[in-house]
Amino acid sequence: MKVSYYPGCTLKTKAKNLEEAAVASMAALGVEFQELSRWNCCGAVHSLADDDLIHHVAPIRDLIRAMDQGSDKVVTLCSMCYNTLARSNLLMRNDEVKRKTINDFMTEETDYHGEVDVVHFLNFLRDMVGWDTLRSRIKVPLNGLKIASYYGCTLVRPKDVAIEPVGERIMNEFVEAIGAVPVDFAASTVCCGSYQVLAHPEAVADVIGRIIESASAAGAEALILSCPLCEYNLAKKQDELVRNGKIAGKLPVFYFTQLLAIALGLGPESYRLDLSDVSAIECLKARNFPVESAAATA
Amino acid sequence: MPIEISEKTIKHEFIEKVSQLSGQDIFKCFQCGTCGGGCPMSGQMETLPRRIMRMAQLGMEEEVVNSQTGWTCASCHTCTANCPRGIDLARVIEAVRLLTLRKNINMIEVSKLPAETIRELPQIALVSCFRKLTS
Amino acid sequence: MSAPARQVATGDRAILPEGAKTIPIYVMGKRYEVPETLTIMKAMEYAGFKFLRGAGCRGGVCGACPTVYRKEGDYKLYFGLACQTVVEPNMYLAQIPFYPANRAVFDIEKIEPVAESIHALYPELFRCVACNNCTKACPMHVEVLDYISAIKQGDIARAAKLSFDCIQCGMCASRCMGELPQYHIAQLVRRIYGKYIQPRAEHLEKRVAQIESGRYDKVLDDLQKMSHAELEKIYKEREREPDMAPLGTWMPKDTQYL
Repeated sequence: MKVSYYPGCTLKTKAKNLEEAAVASMAALGVEFQELSRWNCCGAVHSLADDDLIHHVAPIRDLIRAMDQGSDKVVTLCSMCYNTLARSNLLMRNDEVKRKTINDFMTEETDYHGEVDVVHFLNFLRDMVGWDTLRSRIKVPLNGLKIASYYGCTLVRPKDVAIEPVGERIMNEFVEAIGAVPVDFAASTVCCGSYQVLAHPEAVADVIGRIIESASAAGAEALILSCPLCEYNLAKKQDELVRNGKIAGKLPVFYFTQLLAIALGLGPESYRLDLSDVSAIECLKARNFPVESAAATA
Repeated sequence: MPIEISEKTIKHEFIEKVSQLSGQDIFKCFQCGTCGGGCPMSGQMETLPRRIMRMAQLGMEEEVVNSQTGWTCASCHTCTANCPRGIDLARVIEAVRLLTLRKNINMIEVSKLPAETIRELPQIALVSCFRKLTS
Repeated sequence: MSAPARQVATGDRAILPEGAKTIPIYVMGKRYEVPETLTIMKAMEYAGFKFLRGAGCRGGVCGACPTVYRKEGDYKLYFGLACQTVVEPNMYLAQIPFYPANRAVFDIEKIEPVAESIHALYPELFRCVACNNCTKACPMHVEVLDYISAIKQGDIARAAKLSFDCIQCGMCASRCMGELPQYHIAQLVRRIYGKYIQPRAEHLEKRVAQIESGRYDKVLDDLQKMSHAELEKIYKEREREPDMAPLGTWMPKDTQYL
């Protein structure tokens, strides 16, 4: 099976672990991720002004690339990219006037009317691969590992692009499929503070503290997520939060694709722990999961 | 602190502009406060979203535009998701931000950010931050 | 019969070639009648302009003469080099000899050859909205949007290759919504790529070492001492690889200098 894939800028640098684990896992399951050729940054956020069209051009250009390359769907890993691509796609599907104006502006591109579906990798896993298939290919079940699934905002809001109807089951289903134990916690869709880490880092530290406490109090031993900015906020702030007593202890943070790669029995090179926090490495070591030897001893 | 509200103080053009930019009927808001209640950044906002909506309804342009609320907002859409009247508050707050940004005013100075910060942050953080806080 | 007196342009009087038709063009809003086959640059000089800025190599590679113009009855903006673009009737033009785009200060000897270094020097990179105005403004048809995208993605090699034809005219920056200085960013990328990343040409390094070791000193010395006739003789008798000879099929008889 081949599927078009949109990485987003961050997955090529800071979040290589999110991407490489996914690509390796899919290869093991017989799915080839075909990266779109000539893709550009999607803009990371959807423009919320009624008269603003120019900020939709970037994500729509990527969808046109997918269409021109013969795809009817494009899979993406980064939650922010997913949200931005999906919302602009809806605009092109539903708003006739804006669609025409945007198509007329992009004289150098083919006209686009929403031909391509934007699919988040979790939906792809559930619908195109299937939990049963996944379960049957697990070599290293993450037995007993209590995992809190953190959605953040962009996978679930606004509801017209949410990856599932209200209920937050899909990530728990994934956790169960890889042999681990899902832990429900109240803050699973509380925003991590997003870009405010630049302008209001104290506010972000506050909300991160709440999210971590909520997950830890529910008994989580690890937290999984899908967004490089959530990962940055949740993983990188923890040392500071422990220091000023806002959280009792660190909670290891993983991209869900890293745990997928571990569960499929793929080598540590595929889950790039060199980019993860030391607490994540410790968590795996404590349970005898293979870790990248060079990074662990560095 | 008494605030005067009269035909003299209500800025109709401002109400019109916010409504048009956001595409929302701000008069639907009945001040339940659910927006601020769910807002993850509310701890740092000196004026909660509910109050911003009320001031917007009353055409209090200066107070709304000068508040820090929009600059603390993380565009998480929790307010939008929870509003019982179906108001897309994320759009209203964005409209308020744009009233400043479109005057070519930046709320953070890109060139003054420490190099270490730029090296460290994921690109999506920089792209989204510049989109929301710079003109 | 004596030859007709040659007319010479003296600078204060332009000469219209015989039989040439003139067409109107508008330079900064003012109308001029110029011969129709001239480039914008030559047409402006014909009209009496003297270029103190905005002219350089006159050959399409220095980037000094970027020009923006419209055509009659159309709002659309076109971008070209004055030295390469031929005038059209009712062309409406202005030149942009310089654009005050941001240029970061850096030390190429000390810079770490990773994408983050470029990001840190030019944080405005992340204000790009992929509007494509830059690509549309490029007179060299460089894929500006694509190379900026590549830099955001950390792909220095790709950005260096895509931006290769850039002549630093600055028109991309003049049209940029995000106020990026695309051409300065690209130049930094190419410098980093060339100095730190691009594989070295080993055969070149080997040859330079051979030269420096004195391998060619004698033959160069001998050549310098030869007479004109001797030089002519050895030139005519030189061995030369035939044109279009397939790779690896030809070797000279004298291989001592290979």
